[in-house]
Amino acid sequence: MTSSVVRPMVGRDSAFFWEGTAVGELRIQKCNKCGALRFPPGPACPECGALDRGHIVASGRGTVFSYIVHRHPPVPGKDLPIVIALIDLDEGVRMVGEVVDVADTEIAIDLPLQVDFRRVDDDLTLPIWRLSSVGPVETTIEETP
Amino acid sequence: MSGLSGKAAIVGIGATEFSKESGRSELQLSVEAVQHALADCGLTAADVDGLTTFTMDTSSEIAVARELGMKEMRFFSRINYGGGAACATVQQAAMAVATGVADVVVCYRGFNERSESRFGQFSLAAATQVNTNGLDNAWTYPMGLGTPAATVAMQARRYMHEYGATSEDFGRVAVADRRHAANNPNAFFHGKPITLEDHQASRMIADPLHLLDCCQESDGAVALVVVSAERARDLAQKPAYIAAAAQGSGADQFVMTSYYRRDIGISEMGVVGRELWRQSGLGPQDIQMGILYDHFTPYVLMQLEELGFCGRGEAPGFIADGAIEVGGRLPLNTHGGQLGEAYIHGMNGIAEGVRQIRGTSVNPVADVAHLVVTAGTGVPTSGLVLSA
Repeated sequence: MTSSVVRPMVGRDSAFFWEGTAVGELRIQKCNKCGALRFPPGPACPECGALDRGHIVASGRGTVFSYIVHRHPPVPGKDLPIVIALIDLDEGVRMVGEVVDVADTEIAIDLPLQVDFRRVDDDLTLPIWRLSSVGPVETTIEETP
Repeated sequence: MSGLSGKAAIVGIGATEFSKESGRSELQLSVEAVQHALADCGLTAADVDGLTTFTMDTSSEIAVARELGMKEMRFFSRINYGGGAACATVQQAAMAVATGVADVVVCYRGFNERSESRFGQFSLAAATQVNTNGLDNAWTYPMGLGTPAATVAMQARRYMHEYGATSEDFGRVAVADRRHAANNPNAFFHGKPITLEDHQASRMIADPLHLLDCCQESDGAVALVVVSAERARDLAQKPAYIAAAAQGSGADQFVMTSYYRRDIGISEMGVVGRELWRQSGLGPQDIQMGILYDHFTPYVLMQLEELGFCGRGEAPGFIADGAIEVGGRLPLNTHGGQLGEAYIHGMNGIAEGVRQIRGTSVNPVADVAHLVVTAGTGVPTSGLVLSA
């Protein structure tokens, strides 16, 4: 593993997401005017133009839309290979996440996933994903070794 | 045809050698390339009154102007989004000379992209830039997705799933490029063709991409001289007229990670293609060959579809019979592409387009009247139609 993890740039428009992961919530921006959900978040609603926004807490369930197995070159803070997926959430938005505890021969498009959270330190908790076919996984704050 | 079509031409091309370690500064590389491009068309630095380059380039227009001994400059501009800028630097130049804002504009790009800042590595700088691109990257880099190969692999896997494309289909692009590079003394892979078996046996980088799906990292520079069509007729070389020059950005556009559109893909290249055909009054049926940006093989297939050379999902069939090799229906990347010649952020491909118009390519395509050149894929991008 190479040096420490890559930290996200966090701004006024995205802070709510990272505050959510810190307490075990996967938050999706919701327009308070038209109700449209949106990921990644931003200051305006592309559907109706409203600047008034809030969020919902996602169910944490999704399916694999696409995936890769990253083997080279090194990724800071990761032991390679890693499986990274593009995940369609049940709520209708899509996001990128690392899928853990899965063999590179096991991952496939359309497989159901469940979110979990990996606490890096006081400032950062990352959402991670597991195959939900292995049984229900309780959402826990997992400490990194 | 639009107001820009045919009003400007590329009249000079110049380059340094392409290598893995140039041994000199990025600024020197660009200056050398500009000097070669001016000499190619019989102009001097004193004739130049405009410079365009990439936002990413580390050598500013004023630094290049100083080294060239240019006195005054009337036009300078830069285009963002990595390799997507390549053809747009020519668009900027064409618009400037067509409107009389400038008379002689040189487009340049130079870097030590192998011996210094390697683009193929995981870029912490990209993840921490203080702007909206940095904020966009918060949704991928911390999750471990942060190399160009990995971001393309995500698109490639979905393309395979949707259309039944295979790794061998991607490999055919690499085989064609390397066949062309094998004839090109300036190519890094001169004399080194590969087979589909070589492609399949190369190590996995980010599944489904093998090493030979990925372009090389290169040191070098390329420069292009653009003047009005009227002035072009008085210069040393046969002009490559700019029949169309377009930029394109799609809905819900990101840099390399436009993953939140329903169908992902590279719809920004469709924007470029429609604008190229509108400006030029031409269509895919009028094009004899292409230079399609090939930092990674899957995007060559997707570009053939976005530009209208075949239908969605049909590119694997389109290229299966050697169509994109010299002698085929639509030869591509006859310099060897970025997979075979060098990765100079698409600018070396524009130079090859000019050589095909002149008839001086090492892999000449007979009777080229019109050709298409594209810039970086997966990013807001650009394209050109060049005509004899």
